Amino acid sequence: MAYDKFTILRSSAVPLPIENIDTDQIIPARFLKATERVGFGDNLFRDWRYNADNTPKKDFALNNPIYSGKILVGGKNFGSGSSREHAAWAIYDYGFRCVISSFFADIFKNNCLNIGVLPVQVSAEFAEKIFAAIHANPNTEIEVNLPEQTVTLLSTGEKESFDISHYKKDNLMNGFDDIDYLLSMKKEIGEFAEQLPL
Amino acid sequence: MSKTLFDKVWDRHVIRKIEGGPDVLFIDRHLIHEVTSPVAFLGLKSRGIKVLYPERTFATADHNTPTINQHLPVADPLSANQLNALEANSKEYGISYWGLGHQKNGIVHVVGPEYGITQPGATIVCGDSHTSTHGAFGAIAFGIGTSEVEMVLATQCIMQPKPKKMRINVTGKLGKGVTPKDVALFIISQLTTSGATGYFVEYAGEVFENMTMEGRMTVCNLSIEMGARGGMIAPDETTINYVKGREFSPKGEAWDKALAYYQTLKTDADAVFDKEFTFDGSKIEPMITYGTNPGMGLGISNEIPDASHVEGGVATYEKSLGYMGFHEGESMIGKKVDYVFVGSCTNGRIEDFRAFTSLVKGKRKAEDVTVWLVPGSHIVEQQIKDEGLLDILTEAGFSLRQPGCSACLAMNDDKVPAGKYAVSTSNRNFEGRQGPGARTMLASPLVAAAAAVTGKITDPRTLIEELV
Repeated sequence: MAYDKFTILRSSAVPLPIENIDTDQIIPARFLKATERVGFGDNLFRDWRYNADNTPKKDFALNNPIYSGKILVGGKNFGSGSSREHAAWAIYDYGFRCVISSFFADIFKNNCLNIGVLPVQVSAEFAEKIFAAIHANPNTEIEVNLPEQTVTLLSTGEKESFDISHYKKDNLMNGFDDIDYLLSMKKEIGEFAEQLPL
Repeated sequence: MSKTLFDKVWDRHVIRKIEGGPDVLFIDRHLIHEVTSPVAFLGLKSRGIKVLYPERTFATADHNTPTINQHLPVADPLSANQLNALEANSKEYGISYWGLGHQKNGIVHVVGPEYGITQPGATIVCGDSHTSTHGAFGAIAFGIGTSEVEMVLATQCIMQPKPKKMRINVTGKLGKGVTPKDVALFIISQLTTSGATGYFVEYAGEVFENMTMEGRMTVCNLSIEMGARGGMIAPDETTINYVKGREFSPKGEAWDKALAYYQTLKTDADAVFDKEFTFDGSKIEPMITYGTNPGMGLGISNEIPDASHVEGGVATYEKSLGYMGFHEGESMIGKKVDYVFVGSCTNGRIEDFRAFTSLVKGKRKAEDVTVWLVPGSHIVEQQIKDEGLLDILTEAGFSLRQPGCSACLAMNDDKVPAGKYAVSTSNRNFEGRQGPGARTMLASPLVAAAAAVTGKITDPRTLIEELV
C-alpha cells in the first residue's frame, strides 16, 4: 500500500515512557478482525486509552490534550511480541509518522519500515533527554531528518544520529516498497526455485 | 570458512545480497492464517498479480476459530468474515486450505510439522511471531508482518538483513518435574524479554539432544519471547524419525537426497557465534511467571524479586506488578488460580496432554477453577482419545475442547475475565493478552495440572511420585 514519502519531519511528540510496550498493547487481538486496512487508529492502545465502558482514561498520554504531534516516543524495547503489522498500521493511521525509542523489537521495526513509519533508535541517554524536554514543555519540537539521519531537540539543539540501511532509507524517501524490487527479480527467482525443490 | 547451522541454511537461500541493504532470501514454505493474510491478498489484487508458488503455500484457520461446536456457523460476524476471506482467497489463488471442519485444521505451528510441511534446512515463514517453532527441525523459521506476507505470496522471497548469531547451551540432565517449557522460561528469565533481539539462536547441549520433537518445538516456539527472530536445533535421528514418511515430506529418491542434505546441518566445530550462553540444566526448577512479559519468570519456590534486583525501570516494574495484583517479596506458591489453560502453539501437543494427565490421574479438578484443555490439532485430539488420556481426564472432572488458538490471545470466544488469574501453558503474559484485565501466569503443563487440581499455585513435584 502506498504511503507518504518521508524526508524531514518537525513535530511535537507524545511521550510513553514505559518499557517493553508490546504489540498486544498497541492493538489488542480482538481488533485484528478486519479484512481491509481501515480504522486501526481508533483502537491504537485501546485498553490503555479507554475504560471497559469506552470512556477515555484521562491519565493516558494520548488522551491528554497537552500532548500532540506526529512523533511517538516510547520506552526501551518498543513493539515486542506479536508480529501483527496492525500495530504499525494503527500508529500510522492515528497520525504518527515516526517512533523514537532506545530499543526496538525486530519484527515491529521491519513492519514500520515497510509501511512508511520511521523507527528511530537513539541512545538511552538521548531518549531520557527527549522525555525530559517533553516533560518540561509538551510543545517542544523534535526534528527527524532522514536524509541526514539525525534527530534534533530543537529547543536545545542537541542532536544524535541514527542508523538505517541505505536501501530502506531510499525506499522511505521515495515511497518505494520491497515488492516492486522483488518483482524485478522474477527470472532470477524462477531459476533459483528450480534448484530448491519442495 | 567454518559455518554455523544457521549460516548454512541462510546462505543456501540467499538469491542476492543488496549493497547497504538486506539479503533477498528464498522461502521454501509459506504458512498463512486468517488474521495476517487478508490485507496481503488485497495488495496482490491491487497490483494485479498472482501467488507465485501456490504449491509452496499452506493455509489453515486457527486464531478466530471457536473451540466448541465447530460444526455450527461461527457466531461472531467479524471472525466469520475473516475466516471466509481466507477460504475465498485460498480458492482463488489455488492454495491448499485447511479450514474449520477440515480434518487437517489446527494451529498453524502444530499442523505444519505434523504433515511434514516443516523440513530440516528449509526456510519457513508465516505472519505469526511463533513461526520460530519450526526451528526445532533445524529450519530457519520466523514470523513476518503482512507486507512481508504479500511479498512472499508475490515473489516467494523476503528481504531481511542477516541476524547475528547466538548459541545457548544447556548441559546436564533436567530434574524431576522439569519440562521443556521450564527450560525455555528459565532461559528467557535470564536473558530478559529483549535479550536476544537482533539474534538468531541455536540451542545446543545434552538437554536439547534428549528432548522429543514436541519438547524442542516448545523451546524454539518461545525464542521470540526473548526477542530472537527464531531459534533452531540441529537435526538428528529424533528429527529424521519424526519427519520421515509424513504427507508433505520428500519420498523415494527425493528423500535420499534430502537426507544427505539434513546430515550436513550442524554447526562446524570451530564456527564462531556473536554471543554464547551456557546454563546447567540440573539447576532449573519448574518455572512460573509473575509479571507482564515472559522474561518475568522465576523458579516456582522463589519469591517475587524486589525492583532493585530486576533490569529496567522501577516504574515499569511497579506497573507490571500492579496489573498482576502482586507485591515484591511474595511467594508464588499458594496464590489463588481461577482459570487453567492448556494448549496453544507452545504446549498444545500430545506430550503436553500426557504430562497434564499424568499428574491429574486419580485426582479431582478443583471446584472453583475453570479448565480449558485445547489440543493443537485433530491429530493431537485423536491421540488423546487413542492413548486413553481422555478417559482419565473425564474421570478426574475435565473435558476436552476442539483445536484452535483458544485462550492464548483473546481473539476468539475463549477469554479470561478481567481481574481473574490464569495459569496458562501459552506464550505471553502481556496485559490483556488473555482478555482485557486478565492476569496470566505462564507455566508448564505440569504446573498447570497442579493448579487445576488444587486451585492454587502448587509445586508439581510435591504432588506425584513418578513423573513422565
